Amino acid sequence: MSGNGLSYSEQGGEAAPELGQEAATTTTPSIPAAFGLFCSDIKKNEDLKQMLESSKDSAKLDAMKRIVGMVAKGKNASELFPAVVKNVASKNIEIKKLVYVYLMRYAEEQQDLALLSISTFQRALKDPNQLIRASALRVLSSIRVPIIVPIMMLAIKEASSDLSPYVRKNAAHAIQKLYSLDPEQKEMLIEVIEKLLKDRSTLVAGSVVMAFEEVCPERIDLIHKNYRKLCNLLVDVEEWGQVVIIHMLTRYARTQFVSPWKVVEEYSEKNFYESDEEQKEKDQKVKDTYTMDPDHRLLLQNTKPLLQSRNAAVVMAVSQLYWHLAPKSEAGIVSKSLVRLLRSNREVQYIVLQNIATMSIQRKGMFEPYLKSFYVRSTDPTMIKTLKLEILTNLANEANISTLLREFQTYVKSQDKQFAAATIQAIGRCATNITEVTDTCLNGLVCLLSNKDEIVVAESVVVIKKLLQTQPAHHGEIIKHMAKLLDNITVPVARASILWLIGEYCERVPKIAPDVLRKTAKSFTNEDDLVKLQILNLGAKLYLTNSKQTKLLTQYVLNLGKYDQSYDIRDRTRFIRQLIVPNEKSGALSKYAKKIFLAQKPAPLLESPFKDRDHFQLGTLSHTLNTQATGYLELSDWPEVAPDPSVRNVEIAESVPDSFGGFTCLLSSFFLICSDSEDTEKKKKGISKKITTSNSSDTESASSEESSSDSKSESDSKSDSEPGKSRCTTSSKVTTQVSVPTKTHELLHRMSGKGLAAHYHFSRQPGIFGDRMVSVQVTVTNTTDHKIENIHIEEKKLPSGMRMHEFSPIECLEPAGSVTVSVGIDFCDSTQMASFQLCTKDDCFNVSIQPPVGELLLPVTMSEKDFKKEQGMLTGMNETSTAIPVAPQNSTRLVVIEKLVKAANLGVVPSGQDNIHRFAAKTVHSGSLVLVTVELKESSTAQLVINTEKTVIGSVLLRELKPVLSQG
Amino acid sequence: MIHSLFLINCSGDIFLEKHWKSVVSQSVCDYFFEAQEKAIDVENVPPVISTPHHYLISIYRDKIFFVSVIQSEVPPLFVIEFLHRVADTFQDYFGECSETAIKDNVVIVYELLEEMLDNGFPLATESNILKELIKPPTILRSVVNSITGSSNVGDTLPTGQLSNIPWRRAGVKYTNNEAYFDVVEEIDAIIDKSGSTVFAEIQGVIDSCIKLSGMPDLSLSFMNPRLLDDVSFHPCIRFKRWESERVLSFIPPDGNFRLISYRVSSQNLVAIPVYVKHMISFKENSSSGRFDVTIGPKQNMGKTVESVVMTVHMPKAVLNMNLTATQGSYTFDPVTKVLTWDVGKITPQKLPNLKGLVNLQSGAPKPEENPSLNIQFKIQQLAISGLKVNRLDMYGEKYKPFKGVKYITKAGKFQVRT
Repeated sequence: MSGNGLSYSEQGGEAAPELGQEAATTTTPSIPAAFGLFCSDIKKNEDLKQMLESSKDSAKLDAMKRIVGMVAKGKNASELFPAVVKNVASKNIEIKKLVYVYLMRYAEEQQDLALLSISTFQRALKDPNQLIRASALRVLSSIRVPIIVPIMMLAIKEASSDLSPYVRKNAAHAIQKLYSLDPEQKEMLIEVIEKLLKDRSTLVAGSVVMAFEEVCPERIDLIHKNYRKLCNLLVDVEEWGQVVIIHMLTRYARTQFVSPWKVVEEYSEKNFYESDEEQKEKDQKVKDTYTMDPDHRLLLQNTKPLLQSRNAAVVMAVSQLYWHLAPKSEAGIVSKSLVRLLRSNREVQYIVLQNIATMSIQRKGMFEPYLKSFYVRSTDPTMIKTLKLEILTNLANEANISTLLREFQTYVKSQDKQFAAATIQAIGRCATNITEVTDTCLNGLVCLLSNKDEIVVAESVVVIKKLLQTQPAHHGEIIKHMAKLLDNITVPVARASILWLIGEYCERVPKIAPDVLRKTAKSFTNEDDLVKLQILNLGAKLYLTNSKQTKLLTQYVLNLGKYDQSYDIRDRTRFIRQLIVPNEKSGALSKYAKKIFLAQKPAPLLESPFKDRDHFQLGTLSHTLNTQATGYLELSDWPEVAPDPSVRNVEIAESVPDSFGGFTCLLSSFFLICSDSEDTEKKKKGISKKITTSNSSDTESASSEESSSDSKSESDSKSDSEPGKSRCTTSSKVTTQVSVPTKTHELLHRMSGKGLAAHYHFSRQPGIFGDRMVSVQVTVTNTTDHKIENIHIEEKKLPSGMRMHEFSPIECLEPAGSVTVSVGIDFCDSTQMASFQLCTKDDCFNVSIQPPVGELLLPVTMSEKDFKKEQGMLTGMNETSTAIPVAPQNSTRLVVIEKLVKAANLGVVPSGQDNIHRFAAKTVHSGSLVLVTVELKESSTAQLVINTEKTVIGSVLLRELKPVLSQG
Repeated sequence: MIHSLFLINCSGDIFLEKHWKSVVSQSVCDYFFEAQEKAIDVENVPPVISTPHHYLISIYRDKIFFVSVIQSEVPPLFVIEFLHRVADTFQDYFGECSETAIKDNVVIVYELLEEMLDNGFPLATESNILKELIKPPTILRSVVNSITGSSNVGDTLPTGQLSNIPWRRAGVKYTNNEAYFDVVEEIDAIIDKSGSTVFAEIQGVIDSCIKLSGMPDLSLSFMNPRLLDDVSFHPCIRFKRWESERVLSFIPPDGNFRLISYRVSSQNLVAIPVYVKHMISFKENSSSGRFDVTIGPKQNMGKTVESVVMTVHMPKAVLNMNLTATQGSYTFDPVTKVLTWDVGKITPQKLPNLKGLVNLQSGAPKPEENPSLNIQFKIQQLAISGLKVNRLDMYGEKYKPFKGVKYITKAGKFQVRT
């Protein structure tokens, strides 16, 4: 039955309680609506139970679909638990999945019954199919039954060393689930986290860091050794993982590096520093010449490309990282990307604008060039409008204020009155912040007093009141004008504001003030509490300054206040009476009444509501809410002195050559590590890098350049192994790493190259130089202590037909620097050497590149059927075969695939049989098919068959592949 | 991270719930309803709401609220972006992201949500991977499934999930190999009363529809890549190549996807393709006003401006409008006070005009501000920034694909203040 039909019938059944007549359309007999509720439910569930017991998968599937429909609606389906749980071992994958869905929902409620399913999962954890293993682990860890904690722990441990990175990823997720179920397992879980943090798979990285953040965020020491790896992998991690890792690294960096911001202060406060010269030598050094820790730089550098991500969360994460970690001069690069996000959905805009608002208070310069991007459209929702307004106000300065005020004029007239009111406040803030325009703003606001809309007028009054307080001297006129308004304005805040103003400056309007008091005394009883308080105030102040005219009036008001309903007002009345009306009992205070009431009051500061938000890490939930959310991890202050940076050094045995990928290739890193045993060259490079990175000052730029160029080579080499690689996914290691064919060959030894060393490897990048070229990555390293200039290729002595695409000359190579360039060579499908000269400004060296035959191929993806068809056409002469020994540990599918793909650039063909593995490729130059079959036999042998019309290639390849599987 | 998800329709019914951790009662949504009531307008419901025990982060898409329940600190954009991805996936699977579509496919929805999130952390969000795990519903498939008993659920791990190119499925095959690119540019502008430009900017995207067999490696180059000021990429694009050579080099996902979105550098002056002459006035102390708007072409590079639509949110005091259009038709909704004028094509010889009387509520004060006019238009075969695709090369596969590039310019948020 179709998915649609199913859910319909389910709905029908579901609807039965409410709509009796609809039940007729389903299998449930129609029942009078009144009793429908119970009868039909029981009936229906009986029916579902029967279906679940049935022997037919289709009936079971139908039943499960209906049950999931119930779960989705939030209806209780728990009583079906026993019937459902029986099907957990179903062969049908869809039934199984739906049972899993059901289990995850109800297992917590029915723990005893849920235990029935555990053995099935335990079995599935050993399944050869990684998807099954992974989903078994997922369900097992999701059912939240405390009894099985030990089983879960065991399963997680096992899965964390699974061959498949996908299973390991799920193990990382399971860690958090187990932790929330039983926090006592923390120590054990940290061990697993530690292990998984070492994992080189990009798939795992995000999930394990998530687990780290949840279980043991305080164990920052676990990160040290993995810091550089995480930085380097970052670009290749999936976008969600990136966000989590970036947030974690921001926190980490704040504890490990010294502030890059000090530099600026230091210049401005020279004297300050001169005074404590006695300070430690080291400290002094930091201040005098601040050099950024290379690891700090590495983080900034590797996150920068992520600003181009399509995922708003990633862009925001990088922005906050730059905000919290980068030198102030560099943080500016994020503004462009943040402004770009403003084109996105309403919700994204909301969050991004909030963050920009916080940023723009502290560093106006960052967003000034984008001022116009924050202009408000009449179609924006109010919350977006007010945020934009907030930012505009923050960005206002002498230069742009006139433009802004013109823009504000439009906003004030907006039909959205709430927004208009916010604009008036914004104008007020501009007026106080920028003294040049205070008068202009004030005049503008006074004009608004004659506006028709009351909210606008009221808001204006409030703002004017605040403004007048800052410079009351020459504004008697405005106060008079406002006094007149009192007759019309009904908004309490505005009335209160006017009364306060008149009271405060009663000496400036001596004629009007008593009259106002007279009027308000009349309406006292009908006023809002807020206004009543101000009437009392006004009375008191007038009593003190002009008691002749107002004594009686004030007493009348005080009497009214005495019997008011609100005790606030009664209290205030009593207080004022004691203070101002002299009698025998009144204490010493009444002498000072005038001073108390008519003291000079400081003008209120008009401040942005985003002013103090920056003590929360940007981009966090806490920042958005402006209160600390549960689980918020505080961003620490920069340490005075950086902790030992050497903790991040990784022993050379594990040293990862920087594997910066760029967007070029999201590569699962588990392929890339060169196994140390085979790759001494890489190791050397690792060492040299360590040297460059650890001495921090001058070489920094060189080393960073190196790392990026390196990474390019690395990444390229990965990206081209892509096409064939997709299947051999699980190739990764249990304990030892597995390498990609990034085996490097020496092109020029540094001794014979007068200090210039060159290595090459085949990057398997298809067609950067045209589709017949094999691309070769050449890494040139300068081991001398002086610059080497103009490195280029000359005098190619190529066999006929061979072509070569040179790299563009390297102008200059710093000492200890290295550069990776790509060369394309068309070997014409032969293994002949390509000889040429590698020249510098002064010298020429003869070098040559000889390709292994495995690199003359390009992987081809095809189906098993096509493979057999092609193979059928390439028999006889075109077929070579041999029996080869196979080491016992190499007999699993994963290992075979991984070994072969490493040895030659082959594409994996999906195979139906477990013991036969097929690979397909074509030669780079002529595009002839090369088909490789490995058939594993009993007793550690295998038959290796190669079909290709290029017989020479075939036999050479056979020779090369022969030893591959026999080695351990 | 994400604890639970509730889907709520406009009338406030929770029609789907999914929990990834312990079950959270539906009553948590009451806080959301409260906020919704306070906001009056759906657009103004705050995306982040704090409740005593949880935080609610919601998005509003296609008349559905996706409300997620969060228990602890998390970057809000992370959740928002994810929820939008969920909505995109529904759209992709069912053709529309509506309440009916979701209800009709509730099982698939559930399976999808199960795959997309594990313990609240995103697991698989790439549509190419999801489609291998859970096949989208089609009529043909449902018929086949009901006969053969096979299912919609894949039993092997999609190869993409593990490979370095998670966005592409393996073993793609087409008889006609095609690659189409739509360069769509939108002009965002605010034009003030006098017709001068307050703010204008061009935002563009390149949407691709790639149906190529095997593992094609494409590179797309532009005549004038320097125009692109700020670009965001689909993960498939090799960032290094772009940095060094300004070439988009990528192994594409299969099917439809957004390759890049970009902003044209703000230094360039933006050509505004239409102008609007307007005369809107409300008389003091009278219950009527005048309305007169003419739209004309300007700087349109010799192309016709099509599908012009003008929408105006009239002030609340407007009761009705009595207008005549020289071209196209207009409607006025007296409830929402929205005037829509569907103009169609602009011919320079005879400029479209809409004029007539506005009836105001008698006694109400005269609206002090004239409404702003939102204009939509389309210009085919033109990228207003002048961006041009130079060539598309394909490596890695032998066949010759059919390639096509289409340019189109549209109005984005194009507003004329009056």
